[in-house]
Amino acid sequence: MKKSDIPQDRGSKDTSNFKELCYATDEEGNYVTGNSTGWDPKKIALDNAIEEIHERTENAKQRVLKKETSPIEYYMELNKMDVSILASYIGFWSWRVKRHFKVKVFHKLSDKILKKYADLFKISINQLKDIEYGN
Amino acid sequence: MEIDYTHHQTAHCENGVVSNLMKFNGYGVSEPMVFGIGSGLLYCYIPFLKVNHAPAITYRVMPGQIFNRFAKRVGIKIKREKFKNPSQAKLSLDENLKKNNPVGLQVGVFNLTYFPEEYRFHFNAHNLVVYGKQDDKYLISDPIMENVSTLTEEELEKVRFAKGAFAPKGHIYYPIDFPKELDLKRAIIKGIKHTCKDMLAPIPIVGVRGMRFTAKKIRRWPKKEGIKKANHYLGQIVRMQEEIGTGGGGFRYIFAAFLQEASTVLENTQLFDLSNEMTIIGDTWRDFAVDASRIYKNRSAKNDAYNDIANQLENIADMEEVFFKKLKKAIR
Repeated sequence: MKKSDIPQDRGSKDTSNFKELCYATDEEGNYVTGNSTGWDPKKIALDNAIEEIHERTENAKQRVLKKETSPIEYYMELNKMDVSILASYIGFWSWRVKRHFKVKVFHKLSDKILKKYADLFKISINQLKDIEYGN
Repeated sequence: MEIDYTHHQTAHCENGVVSNLMKFNGYGVSEPMVFGIGSGLLYCYIPFLKVNHAPAITYRVMPGQIFNRFAKRVGIKIKREKFKNPSQAKLSLDENLKKNNPVGLQVGVFNLTYFPEEYRFHFNAHNLVVYGKQDDKYLISDPIMENVSTLTEEELEKVRFAKGAFAPKGHIYYPIDFPKELDLKRAIIKGIKHTCKDMLAPIPIVGVRGMRFTAKKIRRWPKKEGIKKANHYLGQIVRMQEEIGTGGGGFRYIFAAFLQEASTVLENTQLFDLSNEMTIIGDTWRDFAVDASRIYKNRSAKNDAYNDIANQLENIADMEEVFFKKLKKAIR
């Protein structure tokens, strides 16, 4: 890649001030560095990945409303986590977290455990119990 | 308290921390040099490990390996510490800063406040330098950022004790012992040899064989996984290749820059020509990314498109196989 070819496509709003360093060659073929504001193929990949997370979150939300899963799964997706990441933050085994996705099990959880989840997701216990709380 | 330290932006975080700390200690070592001597370049496809719900693909070695190999090969010693207790991790950091010693930290990016929101995934192998503390804020030199930033005590603790795969556990590291002069020549040769060995490894998921393996999988994805998943997987390949930190082209440009520098140090003109070849390979990776992005942009690609992209990947594998065989001979 020549230095003049370093992509300067526009990033999203979020990354407008963010310029990353690239390696490229100058006129004589020597390696130099230059900054790039973004590159479309990469931006599309990132946008798609983020949209995928939104879809997963929305899907989890619908299943919570249909009482097919507990709000814990919804908040997990909202925080871009998966079961193993959530398990390691909360300090339980993965199977125990998965068990907490069951609506029946969720309703029997002690306040202590609920508080743990709520603190992790930075929400109140009321919000944890009802994902539409306050809306 | 602020240590007299100069921030240099780099493409990749781990190289950047090493290069910045070496420069602070009076050794001018560039980022490509660190990457090459530490044998950072790789290709590996790990089908059974899922990252963000897609198969894991990496264009570089495991976190921490670049610095370890670099240190061993140039003869410096690194001190590394991990902690169970956050307050002890903080104590150790503060003591080092008091001794005017800037340190490297491994952190998770999900809670890294100065990062653009869209880059904040649960990725725990990011690296940065802390070079001082003012009031209650730590002075942060994040190698991939243009400028320095700050984090509060609370914010820093959060990222140092992020959880999940590669949990940093407060990981702090810094060089403690230096030789009188760095023996770069020997280190470069060792670094190159190791990379050639990795890329030509007789393991189906590593190096050029790994690329061919991935190409085979890509052909099957649309039928086996459906278009939606296939596109998501393809997007993941491109993201890993072009993510901030790679310098573009899946680290191939950084490696080419390294070969160019190495050709001067070793007085080996062959390496200069090979650097040009690696640049072309990097460009071919980028063409691959452009075509792959066309597929996942439209979301309704035909099977042909996947076969075409797989052909391109096989072509790159062939190019790299020839390349690394030549490189192996060039440093003998």
